[in-house]
Amino acid sequence: MDNGQLIAVLASILLQASPLIIAVCGETLTERAGIVNLSLDGTMLLSAMTGFVAAHLTDNLMLGFAAGAAVGAFFALIVAFSSIQLKQSQVATGFVLTLLGDSLSAFLGQEYTRLPGPSVPHFAIPILKDIPILGPIIFNQDGLVYFAILLIFATSWWLFRSRPGLELRSAGERPEAAFARGVNVRRLRYLYTVIGGALVGIAGAAYSLDVKIGWSEGHTRGLGWIALAIVIFGGWSPVRGAIGALLFGATKAAATVLQRAFPEVSVVAFNALPWLLMIGVLLLVSNKIVGRLLVNAPPALKRPLQRMLQVAPPAALGTELKNE
Amino acid sequence: MRPGWLDRIWPLLPVLAALAFTSVLLLLFKASPVVAFSAMLEGAFGSSERILNVIAFWIPLLLCAAGLLITFQAGLWNIGIEGQIILGSIGATWVALSLELAAPLQITLEILAAMAGGALWAGIAGWLKTRGGVHEIFGGLALNNLAIILTNYLISGPWQPPEGGSFRGTVPFGEHALLPLFDGSRFSPLALILAGTAFSIVMIALRNSTWGLKLKALGRNSRSAFLLGVSSNREAVLAMMFCGALAGLGGAVRVLSWFDSLRQSISGGIGYLALLVVMLAAYRVLWVPFVAFFFSAVLNGAIVLQLRTQLHSSLGDILTGVMVLFVLLLGDPIRLRGLRRAKDDG
Repeated sequence: MDNGQLIAVLASILLQASPLIIAVCGETLTERAGIVNLSLDGTMLLSAMTGFVAAHLTDNLMLGFAAGAAVGAFFALIVAFSSIQLKQSQVATGFVLTLLGDSLSAFLGQEYTRLPGPSVPHFAIPILKDIPILGPIIFNQDGLVYFAILLIFATSWWLFRSRPGLELRSAGERPEAAFARGVNVRRLRYLYTVIGGALVGIAGAAYSLDVKIGWSEGHTRGLGWIALAIVIFGGWSPVRGAIGALLFGATKAAATVLQRAFPEVSVVAFNALPWLLMIGVLLLVSNKIVGRLLVNAPPALKRPLQRMLQVAPPAALGTELKNE
Repeated sequence: MRPGWLDRIWPLLPVLAALAFTSVLLLLFKASPVVAFSAMLEGAFGSSERILNVIAFWIPLLLCAAGLLITFQAGLWNIGIEGQIILGSIGATWVALSLELAAPLQITLEILAAMAGGALWAGIAGWLKTRGGVHEIFGGLALNNLAIILTNYLISGPWQPPEGGSFRGTVPFGEHALLPLFDGSRFSPLALILAGTAFSIVMIALRNSTWGLKLKALGRNSRSAFLLGVSSNREAVLAMMFCGALAGLGGAVRVLSWFDSLRQSISGGIGYLALLVVMLAAYRVLWVPFVAFFFSAVLNGAIVLQLRTQLHSSLGDILTGVMVLFVLLLGDPIRLRGLRRAKDDG
């Protein structure tokens, strides 16, 4: 593989990972506020379908993304309402919406499969695209990629460097304490669940309008679950989550290359890869296995390694606000 | 406060809401809801053959829902049940393809292999949770997909029919390897007896056994259960494996009576459906068989609907999904009133 090919592969990994990055940033915001929106897989399917159909019918790309975002926000609102208002299990509501989004997308999209539609145009950023190596990888892409990259830094800054971000995290870590200090925990949780859901919806539409253009039944099936696992792998941090999405894309690209190099190996091995990766990565960050393996390791090796791998969820993730 | 009529019609509201929602969808597609729903009704109960189909589909669903009652009691979300059904089908197929015995022995071994397959897959998910710290939802989901990939590998590789080429399934099993069927239908009375037995065992275990109590303690508060001397890890893995064995049995029923060979998408989504069944029954044991039967009728009706009107059969899944969603959103009126009162007081 020469340099040109390598750059093309890296650029395609970035493009393929962009919708996942957007979904991971959205879900990270939601979970940092203390709500689990488990419906990602169904939300992304329904918003991919809606986004494509809206763009196909109106021939307007932006309307497609807006429709996807609206679907995502609406599903998220259901999750927020049932957990905050009705104190129902977030997992239960999220799971039902996962199935419902899947079957709704199959039913409502049945007349729109395999049709042409508008897709996100290519847009190289002048000057920046001429930077050696980085230019063709990062700045010779389309708008979606730039949006995903900006989103990583925006959500990261918002979460960890801004005053409202501090309140957001307090709603997910110590909701009772935040409430006592005058933070409107319920309102924050509603707000960030809906914003996160809208981003997940944009991610769904990004598949049908850019990365995997068009609609067919089960178009993005499984990717929502991958995104949920990447949020955990990312330790509820947008930057680390984005790295996870890129690593996931890179592994898939590597599998495609290997598959071409070793055609005698069954295609099964490569299909199984994302799911084996999901289990492996979650084992790695949970620290139970690594902790046991490293029992006898020297502390100088053990501590930085564990600090690098280990993640902890927001302390009040998935629980209700009690003192009201 | 207002007792009486509201409480009485409340359980009907989710059903009405789901019917209204699906009617709107049908009108969007310029189909008459009356025609569609009567097609579904006829598809489920229109002839004795169709009624037998509904019963045949109900049996594995009931087995899975019974298993899930155990895992839910232990506070576990066994989403991996879908893969456990598939591994059960694979286990039964493995025996069916590799042994040639007299029917009773052959079928017994097939069923045992299926239960072992399901329990194995559930045990992995349980082990990943308790030893590996991987939530059962994620472990189970990955294992579901791995089970689907394994099936595709088997039917396109080692278990491919000799004529080759087809990606649809293995060769049909011989008569001696299949469950005896009632009057040429897909309904096996033996499977019904097994499902009834399994359901009774679950009911007794939950109501009158120490095991049921331990599971309850685990589900309510795993830390205090541990302090009371319940080995939470061991109980969680056991609950998973018990559910997996029942799901595996359901998988055997799928390959040995609903079909006659291992196929792609062998589970037919029954595992996810069973989760909805238990949720709609609000985890009440005695409601489960009825809700499962209702779901089986809806889904079988939807297949006939698709044949007749060309509308996608996912309408049946939408109907059941919306119903469960509205149960979650409307909840128990008594509980809701309690919440409201607590708020007024506070």
